[in-house]
Amino acid sequence: MSDKPENAPAQAPTEAEAGGTSLQRMAARTGKLESLLVPGLAVLTALILGAFFILAANPLARGSWQAFTQDPLGTLGTNWTVLRDSYLALFEGAFGNPAAAVQAIRNWSDTGETRPLLDAFRPFAESLTISTPYIFLGLAVALGFRGGLFNIGAEGQLFVGGLASAYVGYSLTGLPWYVHLPLALGAGMAAGGIWAAIPGFLKARTGAHEVINTIMMNWIAFRLTDYLLTGPMARPDGLPITPVILPSAYLPALFPRPMRVHVGFFLALGMVLLVYWFLWKTTWGFEIRMVGANPRAAKYAGVKIARTMVLTMGLSGALAGLAGASQILGVDHQMVRAFSSGFGFDSIALALLGNSHPAGVLLASLLFGFLRGGAARMQSIASVPVELIRIIQGMVIIFVAAPEIVRGLYRLRAPRLKEVQPATSQSG
Amino acid sequence: MAQATQTLAKPRALREYVIGAGLLIAGLLVLWPLASGTGGLVSTFVLTSRRAGVEILAPDLVLPTQISLYVLGAALVLAAVWQLARGFPRVNLVLGLAALTVIAAFLTWATRDKSLNLTGMLVSSLVRAAPIAFAALSGLYSERSGVVNIGIEGMMLGSAFTAVVVASASDSLFLGVVGGIIVAALLALLHGVLSIRYRVNQIISGTMVIILMLGLTSYLQRAILNENPQLNEPGTISEMAIPGLSRIPVIGPILFNQTILIYILFLLLILTQVIMYQTRWGLRVRAVGEHPRAADTLGINVFRTRYISVLLSGVMAGLGGAYMSIGAVGRFNEGMTSGKGFLGLAAMIFGNWNPGGSFLGAMIFGFFDSWQEKLSILQVGVPPDLLGMAPYLATMVVLAGVVGRSRMPAADGTPYEKQ
Repeated sequence: MSDKPENAPAQAPTEAEAGGTSLQRMAARTGKLESLLVPGLAVLTALILGAFFILAANPLARGSWQAFTQDPLGTLGTNWTVLRDSYLALFEGAFGNPAAAVQAIRNWSDTGETRPLLDAFRPFAESLTISTPYIFLGLAVALGFRGGLFNIGAEGQLFVGGLASAYVGYSLTGLPWYVHLPLALGAGMAAGGIWAAIPGFLKARTGAHEVINTIMMNWIAFRLTDYLLTGPMARPDGLPITPVILPSAYLPALFPRPMRVHVGFFLALGMVLLVYWFLWKTTWGFEIRMVGANPRAAKYAGVKIARTMVLTMGLSGALAGLAGASQILGVDHQMVRAFSSGFGFDSIALALLGNSHPAGVLLASLLFGFLRGGAARMQSIASVPVELIRIIQGMVIIFVAAPEIVRGLYRLRAPRLKEVQPATSQSG
Repeated sequence: MAQATQTLAKPRALREYVIGAGLLIAGLLVLWPLASGTGGLVSTFVLTSRRAGVEILAPDLVLPTQISLYVLGAALVLAAVWQLARGFPRVNLVLGLAALTVIAAFLTWATRDKSLNLTGMLVSSLVRAAPIAFAALSGLYSERSGVVNIGIEGMMLGSAFTAVVVASASDSLFLGVVGGIIVAALLALLHGVLSIRYRVNQIISGTMVIILMLGLTSYLQRAILNENPQLNEPGTISEMAIPGLSRIPVIGPILFNQTILIYILFLLLILTQVIMYQTRWGLRVRAVGEHPRAADTLGINVFRTRYISVLLSGVMAGLGGAYMSIGAVGRFNEGMTSGKGFLGLAAMIFGNWNPGGSFLGAMIFGFFDSWQEKLSILQVGVPPDLLGMAPYLATMVVLAGVVGRSRMPAADGTPYEKQ
């Protein structure tokens, strides 16, 4: 590479190749069946390894080791009980108690009472509620991956999306819902899109790495949130919360409270289809995938690399912003400082686990939505912190990104490598 | 750089004029509104240092605010005129100086009719720059050998946590630092195995390290530290004044009255410069980072060189993490690295993958990190949360301005496959 400034844009695509090749290699390695087998085994292995962390966190299990020399069987028994209870709590927290559900249905058909029914299915609905932002965010990161860009800043885009839709939600009054709701959703998308397009633009124009810049934009978004919530957007009484949005901007709930699952879930399902259609059936989508797979070839084919990069990041950010909007308009109805606890970071694991395919992302999001839903119950019953889910995500990334490890563990035969790997691995 | 010498021969690019216009606007902004209404006021910069009961005297720097601002603004305008008319041969240097001038003008304005302890601000800049500089060194070792290490943030977090727990349990800060280094090196080894042996995309692998450590440290804090608060009370490494040198006004308190970790940082900066450019091993590392195949052909073991470099990268990140917890704050907080690992990478890019430049970059970020606190004392009228954006904004501006003109190791980020 020479020092000439004109080379700066040309340098950017070569960096992106690193992402392109690996994803491509991943796609080439995995056949139809194995595209489900390896991620499945990766999750399974991570859950098994998670057991060690559960035992380390649970005071009962930790205490039992002091008696190990006198009563080894008793110690093992205690540990087994702790594990069984923890995973049972995880399951019941995610899906609900099956026996209670059957009882509630029977009760409902006899007396028509809906309250026990709602209670019994509440964990399931809650897991769907948590899955909703995951789907949007996973799609956001996946779209970036397809275009060869690492949007690590989904968390910040989620925050600005939430801020924008909250602002539109409480400040515009007297609008009918069919105007107000789309406006609020659109504001969230636009804010997230612009937030992500800035690193995209900087990458396209100057070659500044989008990973560093999206992280910087995250911190700027957090500071901006602190500033807006303590000043311009604070509630009149001065608490660092925004005013509650007007009901005309609500994403309607599907069931009465305490069920929180809302129309946003179907919006997310719609986005899965839309992103699939966009990436595989439209020219822009094709160009994005082409730049991700082989920027040099894309350039010679006449694709405007810089424009495509900004577009990729912008759309990715818009999806992340939509996640924030759907959380505000559907669940929280007001913006608070601790708006998200790392949902944006989790989404990287979702995109990787789903092989950056919308359908895969949907499955991965549901999986982690249910895991996180269950983890809350596991925390209260077995005192295992919710962060266990993030450790599991980290391990899942290892196993999905290096499928050789999983194949080695389970003695799977390596699939034949198709010779699609381009010579790009030696450029750079 | 080649580009700089060619500037005069080539037709002048749009960038030159944009820079000129930018300088002009900055200069005019300093002249008005900054300088207006400051007539008769003075800005007092205190140079005397008072730390830990030790007072090192130095005369105050008292400047007439308005005249100083006129001088600084006029200098910017003159530079702009020269840039628009003739063009500077070394425009990046001018940009750096202009940035310093703008900062000086802003500080002079903010200090009007008040006083600011400049020595104290520089001390706190260095203290805040140290973890960033360790992270920059960490990135430097790894990337010089061709392995991108995005996961520094996670390694620092792991080290910060381990250092606190080990130091609290063993009652030895030294063991805490050692423990932190070991954990960070193990994480680096994991990153190395994944990216060198399994040829996992290095950015994915690095991100994995961050996610894993964000989760693991929060998990262990909630599961263990919250119940056993005595494990989160390691104490802090205290400053160690170097006799004699620490009594020098201004320089003494900044450079020679710091914790041992900062002296280690200085030592490592010098050592790294020597290792990378004066030793055979450094040459090999750079060769592997530039053209692994050629290095392999000449009999250099590419994999071993990369493993050692990545491990050293982990050691540096470990020092940075331990510095953040037991070197500065004295406890572990969830997510306490707050982007320092990434700031370090930006500092490394700013420094063109060289130790000296990286340290300068780290100092700039450290300065912007410290001014949130200092400026909110001066009550400049800008909300502290917005001032807190400064280090991150500075990183983005620096990256946008420097990348493309700096040169990364050619094989950075590409896995090597033996043929």
